[in-house]
Amino acid sequence: MTSAPVPEVLRAPLVVEFPFTRSLGPVQSAFLTGLRERTVLGVKTGDGRTLVPPVEYDPATAEEIRDLVEVGDTGTVTTWAWNHEPRRAQPLGTPFAWVLVKLDGADTALLHALDAPGPDAVRTGMRVRIRWAAERVGAITDIACFEPYDGDGAPQESAPHSGEFTDPVTGIGAPARLDYTYAPGRAQTAYINALSEQRTVGERCPACRKVYVPPRGACPTCGVATAERVEVGPRGTVTTYCIVNIKAKNLDIEVPYVYAHIALDGADLALHARIAGIPYDEVRMGLRVEPVWTEGGRFPDHYRPTGEPDADYDTYKELI
Amino acid sequence: MAPRKPSVMRPARDVAVVAFGQTDHLRTTDELSEVEMLMPVLHQVLAATGLRTSDIGFTCSGSCDYLAGRAFSFTMALDGVGAWPPISESHVEMDGAWALYEAWVKLQTGEADTALVYSYGKSSPGSVRDVLTRQLDPYYLAPLWPDSVALAALQAQALIDAGETDEPALAGVARRSRADATANSHAQLSGSVAQGEYVVRPLRTGDCPPVGDGAAAVILVAGERARDLCERPAWIRGIDHRVEAHGLGVRDLTDSPSTRLAAERAGVFERPVDTAELHAPFTSQEIVLRKALRIGDDVTVNPSGGALAANPMMAAGLIRIGEAAARIHRGASHRAVAHATSGPCLQQNLVALLEGDAR
Amino acid sequence: MGKEPVAVVGIGQTKHVAARRDVSIAGLVREAAQRALRDAELTWADIDAVVIGKAPDFFEGVMMPELYLADALGAVGKPMLRVHTAGSVGGSTALVAANLVAGRVHGTVLTLAFEKQSESNAMWGLSLPIPFQQPLLAGAGGFFAPHVRAYMRRTGAPETVGSLVAYKDRRNALKNPYAHLHEHDITLEKVQASPMLWDPIRYSETCPSSDGACAMVLTDRAGAARSPRPPAWMHGGAMRSEPTLFAGKDFVSPQAGKDCAADVYRQAGIAEPRREIDAVEMYVPFSWYEPMWLENLGFAAEGEGWKLTESGVTELDGDLPVNMSGGVLSTNPIGASGMIRFAEAALQVRGQAGEHQVEGARRALGHAYGGGAQFFSMWLVGAAPPAT
Repeated sequence: MTSAPVPEVLRAPLVVEFPFTRSLGPVQSAFLTGLRERTVLGVKTGDGRTLVPPVEYDPATAEEIRDLVEVGDTGTVTTWAWNHEPRRAQPLGTPFAWVLVKLDGADTALLHALDAPGPDAVRTGMRVRIRWAAERVGAITDIACFEPYDGDGAPQESAPHSGEFTDPVTGIGAPARLDYTYAPGRAQTAYINALSEQRTVGERCPACRKVYVPPRGACPTCGVATAERVEVGPRGTVTTYCIVNIKAKNLDIEVPYVYAHIALDGADLALHARIAGIPYDEVRMGLRVEPVWTEGGRFPDHYRPTGEPDADYDTYKELI
Repeated sequence: MAPRKPSVMRPARDVAVVAFGQTDHLRTTDELSEVEMLMPVLHQVLAATGLRTSDIGFTCSGSCDYLAGRAFSFTMALDGVGAWPPISESHVEMDGAWALYEAWVKLQTGEADTALVYSYGKSSPGSVRDVLTRQLDPYYLAPLWPDSVALAALQAQALIDAGETDEPALAGVARRSRADATANSHAQLSGSVAQGEYVVRPLRTGDCPPVGDGAAAVILVAGERARDLCERPAWIRGIDHRVEAHGLGVRDLTDSPSTRLAAERAGVFERPVDTAELHAPFTSQEIVLRKALRIGDDVTVNPSGGALAANPMMAAGLIRIGEAAARIHRGASHRAVAHATSGPCLQQNLVALLEGDAR
Repeated sequence: MGKEPVAVVGIGQTKHVAARRDVSIAGLVREAAQRALRDAELTWADIDAVVIGKAPDFFEGVMMPELYLADALGAVGKPMLRVHTAGSVGGSTALVAANLVAGRVHGTVLTLAFEKQSESNAMWGLSLPIPFQQPLLAGAGGFFAPHVRAYMRRTGAPETVGSLVAYKDRRNALKNPYAHLHEHDITLEKVQASPMLWDPIRYSETCPSSDGACAMVLTDRAGAARSPRPPAWMHGGAMRSEPTLFAGKDFVSPQAGKDCAADVYRQAGIAEPRREIDAVEMYVPFSWYEPMWLENLGFAAEGEGWKLTESGVTELDGDLPVNMSGGVLSTNPIGASGMIRFAEAALQVRGQAGEHQVEGARRALGHAYGGGAQFFSMWLVGAAPPAT
């Protein structure tokens, strides 16, 4: 056992990405379908205000609101902010202004981008109009952006609209990607580094003396930091298991296979691994196993029987 | 916002903040997992009161999976508490100020007399400006990826247009906050900090909070026992929180009616406060909050440096309450207001009124 | 001054299905909330605060979605809290709301939990790849199946017990119009012939993935007096947590579950749960968890839970009906699943459970758990007000 110096901390990119699918409900469906048809819809509240973009529930009263009206594609900037360095996936790739725009006929403002030559060309109260995207699919991005508009500022009356369109959009795809840098911290870094030498190293709690593998930096029952490193295994005992009969996504393992909890010798709780080198239906609780490493593998590929006699139930029942 | 007139809510039970601890706030903490970052702070507040985990009646935490990029990230933080034998515990996916509120409610029921509250956030793994776009309306706003600085900048411009502030005044807020932060050893950004270039105009780098990692913890105790554990407890005379409509276009961005409502219910306006710890990540938001809370020039605002000096997401609100309480603990304040915020452009706000015993 | 008594006066849920393509997230939660308000004959203006819960935000890809949902839930100008305690969250959320009433902070509170799992894929949300960590080797059932095997080893339970639970819960679901799975042609033979996915867990012994929401209106004594329908009264409620993984953890019968139940029984003055409780709605995501929780919750001695199941005690017309609604096995919008358990317990003692009503149910337990079997929340509700 050693208290080794802290090696360089590990880091790796972590991408959280998913193509979410969103169903819209009637009001949002009408609004986004309308954008596809270059028609901007708002919704009337009980007290006669017109909300654009239209929401399903009145923010002031919580009442459900469904009376749609058509408003103009021109409007007035109510506030703005100059974005000289557009970020990924924002509406424009060149410097632009974020704007809240009150469209003619609306009582509330919509957030979008304004294409303007520079901050000096933008002011609150300026008139703008929608620049439609060339290809529209029924999404807020069907508005490519706003652009300055020097036409007449006569506010238009909003006109009732059925909200009905042919081939309405009922859902949107909402792909989202966030990039993180993952760093597992001190204790796990030490564990991972030891694994690269095909050793399994846990940490012992200074209070209860239990050995944690993988170590997490704290003894979860005592709530104190762990630091004393202890090499465990390599052999261990199968405490319990299941036989997996369905292929998990992205896993290139033939089914059926055995997924087991293994208490490595010297560890005070079990870790999880695959068992091979024995017919799946001969795996049993108490089976003694050892790790099998493959070239360049970060973890043991699987565990296989050692040939030792099975462990007695009483020796591992507290570790299940 | 619906017109509601809440009367001052008088808590049935006196509850005090008796200990507060926080980490140093740093740009990155790669060498520490969340629990490794959090645990020393938990030990600090326990040591300050002489309490052990087994003495704590209720534990509540605040954190956010989206910051970590991992689901259930809070489950591993529990390792730092020593939740064995099992504990009475809960978690909010919010700033720790709301975890403190949940714990305060628990103490109001009488089911517990002491509570441990903690929160932590690591903004360093991701781009917090982009991450926060995911908390916007998923149909109309999130697809445009408007980042948190851009939204704050829209609010700042609205204030400038309304004649409520200007860029030099905002620079003054930044300067005062970072200067005050020199007395705060945990601060991430202090001293003479240049206002810098525009990030999103009209906000410059100096108007924006530093991005960083940190954790904080508080211990609450009900009744007389608080005086045994702390020489000068910070009594929570009132605490309340309110949310506003989500859409920026339906709100008056120059005002914070939810803050005012919460303050009314917490009893803030009954008598003057001497200190205010405001969770205003952007300079412009301090302008809005001062107005909502009717804070005059005679009130010491953010002596810690506030969120402009350190803004560990999900902990910065709890830290405001902790800083206000710590000021009462050391006798530098008698009556303080603490504030926490969440959501785009101050959508949701919590206000706590703290008092020391009269001397 | 003791706690204010807490009453459930409104309950609402959506018809749970695999995908609600006709509503937005707001539309989904709104439907449950509106039904709860209608049940209580209250309006949005009567609600003082909103407490909302759900499981990880990655399921819908919306961070802190309560911010966007504030308008739909009538929360504007009101306090709103967002709870997240993993799978137990639906129960914890209800308890946090109950505390607002019990602590006399608010008079009437709306509490709601939801999941719209069709917006993404639950397995994706549950197993985001983490660098340096070995990828999950076995899917959701792979986490639970070894614990089931450990239970079987420990108790000698015959391997048919799991299928009995699934067969019962799916039949109960047929009586519940809100349940997701309505397998009209279910037979015990079909359950037992279904593919073995994670031996010893069969396909028919697993839960579905659902879109759904559940809401309740909780109120104080004065509010209960105005209730148009009989309220359910809260007699006890508790949460307990233990660490995720630790030396000595008993995955088959976690200590936190035992302690949580003991706390609830103490509050409710229950000495013999098996005799004094009339119906139990417990969180059973895989069928074998019924006998496991029967022991953990003190309804059976250690090693004896499966005997209650096997002898029919937990059937709808049995002596201790369990999962009258069809349970998690028939409906699983993850973040809402705990609240649905709590709501079903309340429906039973209000006599409002329709075809799955347990006749004369006076006291019922609602149970939820989550994380690595580490977070527990439970409440016990009764038809009569608690003794004060």
